[in-house]
Amino acid sequence: MNITHFTLQEQAILIIAALVLFSSFSLLAQTRIISSIHAFAWQGALVAAATALVAFVANQHHLYISALLTLALKAILIPWILHRLVVKLEIAREVETVVHPALVMLGAAVLVAFSYYVALPVEKLSLLATRNTIAISMSVVLLGMLMMVTRRQAVTQVVGFMSMENGLFFAAVVSTHGMPMVVELGVAFDVLVATVIFGVFFFQIRESIESLDVDRLNRLAETDESAAVAEADVAGESE
Amino acid sequence: MVLQSAYLAVILALASAAVSLGANRFPALLKSFAFPLLGLSGFAAVGAGLGALVTATTSVARLPFGLPWLPWEVRIDPLAGFFLLLIGVVVVAVALYGPGYVREFQHERHPVAALGAFTGLFVAAMQLVVMADDAFLFMVAWELMSLASYFLVAFQHENAANRRAAFLYLLMAQIGGLAILLSYGVLATFAGSFAFEAMRHAHVPLLWSAVAFGLALFGFGMKAGLVPLHAWLPEAHPVAPSHISALMSGVMLKVAVYGFIRVTFDLIGTVQVSWGVIVLLVGSASALLGVLYAMQQSDLKRLLAYSSIENVGIIFIALGLSLVFLGAGQPLLASLGLIAALYHSLNHSLFKSLLFLGAGAVIQQTHEHSIEHMGGLLKRLPYTGIFFLIGCISIASLPPFNGFVSEWLTLQTALQGVVLQSGVLRIIIPVAAAMLALTGALAAMVFVKVYGVAFLGQPRTRRSRHARMPDIGMRAAQALLALLCLVLGVLPNLAINLMAAIPRTLRHLPEPGATAHGWLWLTPVAPQVASYSAPLVLLGLALAWLLSYLFLHGRRNRSIRRVPAWDCGFGPLSPRMQYTGAAFSMPIRRIFQPVWKVDERIERVTDDKGLRLTGLRHQLQIGDVSWSVLYEPIGRWVLIAARRVALLQSGNIRTYLAYSFFTLLFLLWLIT
Amino acid sequence: MADYLNPQGWLLALLQTLLFVAAAPLLVGWIRLLKATLQNRRAASPLQPYRDLIKLFGKEPVVADTASVIFRAAPYVVFSTTVVTAAVIPLIAVNLPTAAIADVIVLVGFLALARFFLALAGMDVGTAFGGMGASREMTISSLGEPAMLMAIFTLTMTAQSTNIAHAIDFMLSSGFVLRPSFMFALFGMLLVAVAETGRIPVDNPTTHLELTMLHEAMILEYSGRHLALMEWAAQLKLMIYGVLIVNVFLPWGIATRLTPQALLLGLVTVLVKLMALAVVLAVAETGLAKMRLFRAPEFLNLAFLLALLGMLSHVILEVGA
Repeated sequence: MNITHFTLQEQAILIIAALVLFSSFSLLAQTRIISSIHAFAWQGALVAAATALVAFVANQHHLYISALLTLALKAILIPWILHRLVVKLEIAREVETVVHPALVMLGAAVLVAFSYYVALPVEKLSLLATRNTIAISMSVVLLGMLMMVTRRQAVTQVVGFMSMENGLFFAAVVSTHGMPMVVELGVAFDVLVATVIFGVFFFQIRESIESLDVDRLNRLAETDESAAVAEADVAGESE
Repeated sequence: MVLQSAYLAVILALASAAVSLGANRFPALLKSFAFPLLGLSGFAAVGAGLGALVTATTSVARLPFGLPWLPWEVRIDPLAGFFLLLIGVVVVAVALYGPGYVREFQHERHPVAALGAFTGLFVAAMQLVVMADDAFLFMVAWELMSLASYFLVAFQHENAANRRAAFLYLLMAQIGGLAILLSYGVLATFAGSFAFEAMRHAHVPLLWSAVAFGLALFGFGMKAGLVPLHAWLPEAHPVAPSHISALMSGVMLKVAVYGFIRVTFDLIGTVQVSWGVIVLLVGSASALLGVLYAMQQSDLKRLLAYSSIENVGIIFIALGLSLVFLGAGQPLLASLGLIAALYHSLNHSLFKSLLFLGAGAVIQQTHEHSIEHMGGLLKRLPYTGIFFLIGCISIASLPPFNGFVSEWLTLQTALQGVVLQSGVLRIIIPVAAAMLALTGALAAMVFVKVYGVAFLGQPRTRRSRHARMPDIGMRAAQALLALLCLVLGVLPNLAINLMAAIPRTLRHLPEPGATAHGWLWLTPVAPQVASYSAPLVLLGLALAWLLSYLFLHGRRNRSIRRVPAWDCGFGPLSPRMQYTGAAFSMPIRRIFQPVWKVDERIERVTDDKGLRLTGLRHQLQIGDVSWSVLYEPIGRWVLIAARRVALLQSGNIRTYLAYSFFTLLFLLWLIT
Repeated sequence: MADYLNPQGWLLALLQTLLFVAAAPLLVGWIRLLKATLQNRRAASPLQPYRDLIKLFGKEPVVADTASVIFRAAPYVVFSTTVVTAAVIPLIAVNLPTAAIADVIVLVGFLALARFFLALAGMDVGTAFGGMGASREMTISSLGEPAMLMAIFTLTMTAQSTNIAHAIDFMLSSGFVLRPSFMFALFGMLLVAVAETGRIPVDNPTTHLELTMLHEAMILEYSGRHLALMEWAAQLKLMIYGVLIVNVFLPWGIATRLTPQALLLGLVTVLVKLMALAVVLAVAETGLAKMRLFRAPEFLNLAFLLALLGMLSHVILEVGA
C-alpha cells in the first residue's frame, strides 16, 4: 500500500511509528543511564501520541483512555520511579561501555530488516491502514531484547524490558486497534508493579554483590571455574 | 580478419618470448626486438578486439592442435574482443615502458632473458585464455598464464621474501585453477563435451549449476583477489618488476573477471537471484576491506596491490547487481550492470597500470619502496608526477576522469533496485551502494595520502632528493595511459557504444539506452532519471577557471612573492616535520580498529643513565587479519592431516610394494 | 534535457549561477550576524565577507618556496569546481538546461574533487598543519559520504530520479505528503552538511587553534587572491548545501515557469528559506560545543543511521506489503 493513498492523519501515524523506531535506536545508543531513561520516556510519549492518533483516525474512544494511561505510566510515572531509583543508587552519572557500539547498531538495522521480512505475511492478513507498522513494533520488541543482551547494568536492562513492552503495546494498537480494555489495564498495572519490584531488587542485588553489573552475577554459578574467575575479579579490584 | 589479427597477436607475443631468450648474450635484442614485438602484439590484440566490437560479430575456428579427440576451439565474440582490447592497450604501454625500465636489471646482471621470455609467454597466455572456446584450451592457457607469471614474480629471487611470495602465489593459483577445472567438469558432465558451445546448450539441474557457480566464484575469485581469497595478491604483485605488476594488476585480474563472466553469464544457463546477492556481498566486502588495507600500507606497490582488491570488489558489486537483476527478470538493468562492470574493468586496467608504471619510475629513480622515504617528487619528476596525479584522480573516482563514470554507472544500477519485488533486496542493495560510496571516499583519502606524501612536500631522504626524470619511453607509456583515462572519462559514450554489443551477443539482453541521447549525454535508464554530460562539465570547469583567472590577473599583472614557509619562529622547517603517511591514516586506523592486526609500539629512547629522554621510536606493523582467521588454521589442519598421511610412509620397501599390490587388485576389481 | 538548445534557458542559468556565486558571502555574513546577536556580541555588517574578499583580492599572494604547482593551481580548481556545482543546482527556477548536466551523485563527485585538491594543497608545503588538516578533513568526509549517499538513495527511491530538477518536480507535483523517510533523510542530510561545511560541532570555522581546526589548517599557508578564492569556495559550499536542503525538501515557491513574476517569487522564497535555515544553524552553533575529533565518527554514524532509518522506513512503511 503506498503512502500517497493515506490521509494526512494516517501519514502522521507512520511518522510517529518511524520516530518510535528511532527512539529504540537511541535507547540502544545511550551510554548514560539517565539519558537512556529519558529516551525511554520519549518513547512512551510517542507511543501514547500514536495511540491517540489511531483513536482519532479509527474513531475508537477506548483508545483515548489507553493513550492517557500510556502517557501517565510509560512517559511519566515509570521514568520518574526509575529516575529516583537511579539517583538513590547514586549511579545517575555512570557511563556504561558497550562493546563495539557500531556493530550493535548495524545488528539493530539488520534486525529491523529481519522483522520486516518476518512480518510481511502477517501484514497481508490485516486490512488496516496502519498495518505497515507491524514490522516497526516487532523491531521495537527485538531491539529492546538486543538492549538487554548488550547491557550490563541492571537498570538499563529493565529499561530494555520496558521498551519491549512498548513494542508489544504498539503492535496491538496499530494492528488491531488495541487489546480489550481489561487486558490493557491489567498489563499496565503489571508493568507498574514490575517497576516497583525491580526497584526492590536493585537494592537487594546491590546489597549482595555491591554493584548493579549483571555480569557479576556470574559468580553465583556453582562451578569452580567461575568461582575462580570471580575471586580473580575480587583480587583485581582490591589491588 | 578478427581471428587472423588475434592469431597474429599471440604469435607476436610468442616471438617476443623467443627473441628474448638471446638477451643475456645480446642485451640489445630486448630493446630493439623483444619489446617492439610485444608492442605489435598489443596493437594486433587491440585491432582484433576493436574489430569484434565494432562489427559485433562472433568468429569461430578450430585449431589443429591439442589432442585428437579434443581439438582446440577458438571463438571471439564481442566480450572476448573487449578483453583482447583491454589486454592490448596495456601491453602496448608496457612495451613502450619496458626498454627504459629493464635497463637497470641489465646493469645489475639479472637474467633479463627469463624476464623477456616469460613476459611474452604471459601475454600470449592471457590472449589465449580470452580466445578459448573449450575448457581444455582454456585450462591450458590459464595454467600457462599462472606459471609464466609465477616465474615473473620470482624474478628477483635473491630475496627470500620474494621466493615466499611467489610460492604462495603458485599455491593459491593452483588451488584456484583446480576449482575452475572442477567447475568446468560439472558443466561438461551435463554437456557431454568440453566445448563451451555444448555447455551453452546443456541443461544443468539447479543444484549442479549452483555447484558450478560456487566453484567458478571460488576459482576466479581467487585469481581476481576477492576477500578472503586475496592473501597472495598483496604479496605477489609488489615483488614483480613494475611493468609486470602493471600487467598482473591491470590485466591478469581482468582475465579472471572475464572467466567469471564467461562461466556465469554465458555457460551456466539460468541464474539465481541469491547468487547475485552473494556476489554483491563478497564484492562489497572486498571493496571496503581492500581500501582499508590499502590505507595502512606504506610500501607504494603493496598499497596499489591492495587497491586492486578494492577495484575488483567494485567490479564484482556491479556484476552482483547484474546477476540480481538477471535473476529477477530485469534484462535491461542486468545489461546496465554488466556494462558498468566491464567499463570499470577497462578503467581499472588503465589507471592501475598507469599507477604501477609511475611507481616503477619512482622506485627506479629513488630506490625507495616506502612512500615515507619519498616526498617532493613532483618537482623532480614533473611528467611522472602529473601523470601519476591523473591516475590518482581517476582511481579515486572523481569527475571528470574515467573512474568516476564507471562508479556512477554502478551507483545508478544500484539505484534501480527499487523496481525489485522483494523488500529485503531493496534494503540490501542500498546498503551495498552505501558501502561503495564509503569505499570511493576512502579511496580518495588513500590517494591523497600517496600523492601528498610521495610527490608533494619536501624530499624526506637524500635519494629522493636526487631523483631524476625517467627516459622518454617510460614517460610516453604513462602519457598514453593518462590520456586514455581522460578520454574515457570525458567521452564515455564512445566506449559504451562499443560495449553495447556485448550484452546482446552474450545473453540476448537488450542494449541499455545509456547513449541513446547523443554523444553528449550519458543517460542510463532514462534521461529524466539521471543524466551526466562529461564534455559539458569539462567545458564548465574550463570556463569557470578561465573567468576566475582573467578576473584575478586581468586588471594588473601582479607578482607572487616566494618566501620560506612560516615556521612559527623556530627555525627552518625540516622534512621530518611533515605529516607522514602513517600519521595521515591514523584517524582511520583508530576508527576501524578491528579490521587490521595492528602492532603499534612507541619506544622511549633514554640516555645511559635512563634519566633523560633522547628520542622516541615509533613502530607500526599492519597485519592482514585473514591470515590469523583463515589461512593459519587451514595451514595447521593441513599439517595435521599430512602427519596422519605420513604414517603410510614407513620406510619399509615391502610395505610400499604391498600398497601397489593392493591398489592393483582394487583396480582390477573395478574393471571387472 | 529536451530544451537544452534553448538560449534563453542558458542565459537564465548563467544569471542564476552568478547570483548563486555572488550571494554566498552574504549567507555567511548573515549567519555571523545571527550568531553575534545570539551571543550578545556586537555584530559586523552582513556585508563584511565581501569586504574581506575585496581586501584579499588586492593583496599580493605569498607562496612558500617549497610549494609546487599544485599549490598554485588548487585554488582555481577548487573554486571552479564549486562554481560548476552551484551552476547545476536549481536556485530560483527548476528546469533550466544546466540541471541535466549532472545529477546529485555527480555533485557529490564534484565536491569530492574540490576536497581532493584542497587536501593536496594542504600537504604541498610540507608543514605539519597542512597534513593534519588534510588527514582530518579526508577522514570526516569519507565517513560522511555513505550517509550522504544513503540520504540521496532514500530520496530517489521515492522520486525515481537522481536529477535534482526532476526530484523537485516530483515533490511539487505530489503535493504535501508526510513521509517518514524524508524526515529522516532531511535530518541525516543536515548532519552531513554540518560536517562537510566545517561548522560546529565538527569543526569551528573561526578558530586557528592547532588542536581544533580542520578546514583552516589546510588553507593556513594561503594568502592574497589564493586565500580569497579558497574562502569564497568554502562560502559557496555552505550555500550549496543550504540550497540543496531547502530546495529539495521544501521546494514550494521555486519557479517552474520562466516568467518574471515566478522568478521573483522564487528568488524571494529561496531567500526566506535560506535565512530561516541560517537561524537554525546559528542557534545550533551557539548551543553546541565543538566535539573532539574522535567524537566526529559518532556524529556521522548518527547521520548514517538516520539516513538508513529513512531508507528502511521507506521500504517498510511507505511501500509496505
